[in-house]
Amino acid sequence: MREKQIDKLKDYKYGFTTDIENIRAPKGLNKEVIEFISKAKKEPKWMLDWRMKAFERLKNLKEPNWQKPKYPKIDYQDIYYYSAPKSASETPKSIDELDPKLLETYKKLGIPLQEQQRLNGIAVDAVFDSVSVATTFKDKLNEVGVIFCSISEAIQKHPEIVKKYLGSVIPLTDHYFATLNSAVFTDGSFVYIPPGVKCPMELSTYFRINASQTGQFERTLIIADKGSYVSYLEGCTAPMRDENQLHAANVELVALDNAEIKYSTVQNWYPGDENGKGGIYNFVTKRGLCKGTNSKISWTQVETGSAITWKYPSCVLQGDNSIGEFYSIAITNNYQKADTGTKMIHLGKNTKSKIISKGISAGFSDMTYRGLVDISSKAKNSRNYTQCDSLLMGNKCGAHTVPYIKNKNPESNIAHEATTSKISEEQLHYCQQRGLNPEEAVGLIVNGFCKEVLQQLPMEFAVEAQKLVGISLEGSVG
Amino acid sequence: MEEQLKIDFEKLLENSNFSKKNAEIKRKNFDNFIEKGFPNRREENWKFSDLNQIISKNIKNLSFYNDLSKPNKIDQSIYIDGLEHNKIVFVNGRIEKIEFDYEEKNKIEILDDLVLEKSNNTTNSLLFLNNAFVSKYFKLIIKKNYSLQKPLVIYNITNKDLVSKNINLKVDIFLEENSSLKLIEFSNDKSTTNFININYNFNVQKNSILKNYKIDNNSNSNIKYCFNNISQDANSVSEIFLLSSGSEFIKNEINCNLNGKYSSAFVNGVFILNETKHHEIKTNINHIVENTKSYQLIKGVLEDTSKAVYQGKIFVDSKAQKTDGYQLSKAILLNDNTEFNAKPELEIYADDVKCSHGSASGSLNEDSIFYLMSRGLNYKEAKKLLINGFLLDVVEKITDSEIKNLIKNIMSLKQ
Repeated sequence: MREKQIDKLKDYKYGFTTDIENIRAPKGLNKEVIEFISKAKKEPKWMLDWRMKAFERLKNLKEPNWQKPKYPKIDYQDIYYYSAPKSASETPKSIDELDPKLLETYKKLGIPLQEQQRLNGIAVDAVFDSVSVATTFKDKLNEVGVIFCSISEAIQKHPEIVKKYLGSVIPLTDHYFATLNSAVFTDGSFVYIPPGVKCPMELSTYFRINASQTGQFERTLIIADKGSYVSYLEGCTAPMRDENQLHAANVELVALDNAEIKYSTVQNWYPGDENGKGGIYNFVTKRGLCKGTNSKISWTQVETGSAITWKYPSCVLQGDNSIGEFYSIAITNNYQKADTGTKMIHLGKNTKSKIISKGISAGFSDMTYRGLVDISSKAKNSRNYTQCDSLLMGNKCGAHTVPYIKNKNPESNIAHEATTSKISEEQLHYCQQRGLNPEEAVGLIVNGFCKEVLQQLPMEFAVEAQKLVGISLEGSVG
Repeated sequence: MEEQLKIDFEKLLENSNFSKKNAEIKRKNFDNFIEKGFPNRREENWKFSDLNQIISKNIKNLSFYNDLSKPNKIDQSIYIDGLEHNKIVFVNGRIEKIEFDYEEKNKIEILDDLVLEKSNNTTNSLLFLNNAFVSKYFKLIIKKNYSLQKPLVIYNITNKDLVSKNINLKVDIFLEENSSLKLIEFSNDKSTTNFININYNFNVQKNSILKNYKIDNNSNSNIKYCFNNISQDANSVSEIFLLSSGSEFIKNEINCNLNGKYSSAFVNGVFILNETKHHEIKTNINHIVENTKSYQLIKGVLEDTSKAVYQGKIFVDSKAQKTDGYQLSKAILLNDNTEFNAKPELEIYADDVKCSHGSASGSLNEDSIFYLMSRGLNYKEAKKLLINGFLLDVVEKITDSEIKNLIKNIMSLKQ
């Protein structure tokens, strides 16, 4: 029974590689490579200057080392910073012109573009390695004035917006990985919602690391202008490889007056095999700025993959009455490690934030919730509520909670709660008595444990996420 | 400062007759301290309280050598009234009196001039400083099956003669099997701008009970650090209460290892701060074996521009199944410029445990004030009543009724 389960685990659903010729920049991190990237993307000069500024700054920065999961030193000169499918160098005009093999890959991933275009009503901006190869539903979005394209396209077509907002939430000088991304980012999504527009559909991106030894450095910028609304979905997978790959993305959100952004992630990068070999290092910087009054940013994440997940989707609540929310499920199994959480920085008056985090660790894994709630002295009448619960399966794994709570305002209220527990024998017994096998029982209980967060996901994702929760925990009981 | 340190260290070696081995260990600790210096905010442990900055801001020309050859006068008026107790009195870092009038003499042993142990796997630079400069190292042993009749009060007094000095104290307290000790540490400072660095090591053997009450209530401009290391054997109990109120800066650090089954630790603390005071409590409760229990309750009331920090950590080893760990911190902020920072941390490696923590901070409940005022109290009285009730919750956790009353009196909480 056990062996069978392990065999099953080996079978990472998305563990195929696609045989497509790639254009790669030479290995290593230097001026030439950055110039190469910028040239390949036909970027204007100001963009190259910006990258160079980040690169200069990078030389003086050190990798942070306060995180719980430690990793072997990354050789930044041994990474390909740019890799694009050859067929994409001449941009296809419609989906039908795409490399059929590429389309096949997406089909395996479960996002057949044409299908989706017809049936689902979701606009997909698929990122294959580093270049965005196809963007669907453009017409419908154009109608209402929503700009949804790759960031490289936006740099060329909408430079004034990009110039204004790029780096406004995550500055060039923020920290090592963010700065690295600023210097070498290759592609990503760009969304602009004009004033008063409610985006007619859920926007979605699918990232996928294909070529070996490449890092993926995408950059996403979402701007919701006054009174607009957008919901954005992001899903990630990567093929199985023995070596560790680095993924250092930057995501910036800006919400102006009365605008709302909902950002959902289902992250299922390759977690490494059952002995902890290989897997993705997911070191992502995600930050949202509630710039206007009454604005709202909500992060929802389901983190089941990656060898090491190290990210803190954050909200800077600058506008008065703005709201930040963070809902997270993080599951680690085998030798996976996660150090994730959020930061809620209250600057404006009457700002509110809510954090619900559910961590589940099994096998030999290690899970840390790390979060910051910072209420500044000007943020009068602010509120924060934090709840972080952990579930442990077995005594070889770890679950840790490290909240940082700073309150400088007497008119504000902060409440924090955390619990750590295991699945009780009674619950398991009850479910099994009703005819579920142990694994189904655990799946059911865990899904119940996570329900508060799963409810936040859009329908299509919620179903996938629920399945993922089950798959991730396979082999952890018995 | 480095130069001053070197001069003072040589002076210390010259004027004291340390054994060769002891001097060697001291020098090693000294070198370690020189290398690391005072901790700053880059260290996770000192993230909210940058000691290096605090010292350089508050103390000018800090010197480290302390001439202990001449006895100091004890100001008897500061003795605790209305409580029969045994005494150990330190004045300006020099031990002046040891008095166990209420106890059987052969049940208590006091060793002074202990030699430092070599193996000291710490990275805490303040312990290096302490080891390097401490001139006498005491050990108090409570013999098997003996419970002290009366509480022991360790007075830590400084007088006006002491200015801009660093004082280091190191005391080991060893409770043999089945023994019990009630210990009050009472500090009274009339000195200004000194850095006082205290290191207690408690060893609580099987079935023993340690009750430790630390009272820092009288207002002074000293900077203090107190490191308490507690290791507990099976069935032992430790109860710690901290009244953190008087000094300009104080950080109480408690590292408690629950090494024996059914051992338990209780840490309760109160911050009452005003003006520019900045206090911190840091706890580290390590559940090493099965069936251990810990409970922490910290409350604070902050006024003016004061700042309080609570960093609490519960660590549960993978062997420590059936652990019960609880942690709660609450603060009331009375002014716009006060600050409360908390980092309640859990690090858990065992699955069959019950661990939870909570933290809350905010202002006084306006509804409660309104209710009291509608019953005829004025605003000030209503506020006072609510604050007292808030703090009383912690004081009521004290298990010794005599000492509980004493502390209530000190805090001027009415019965």
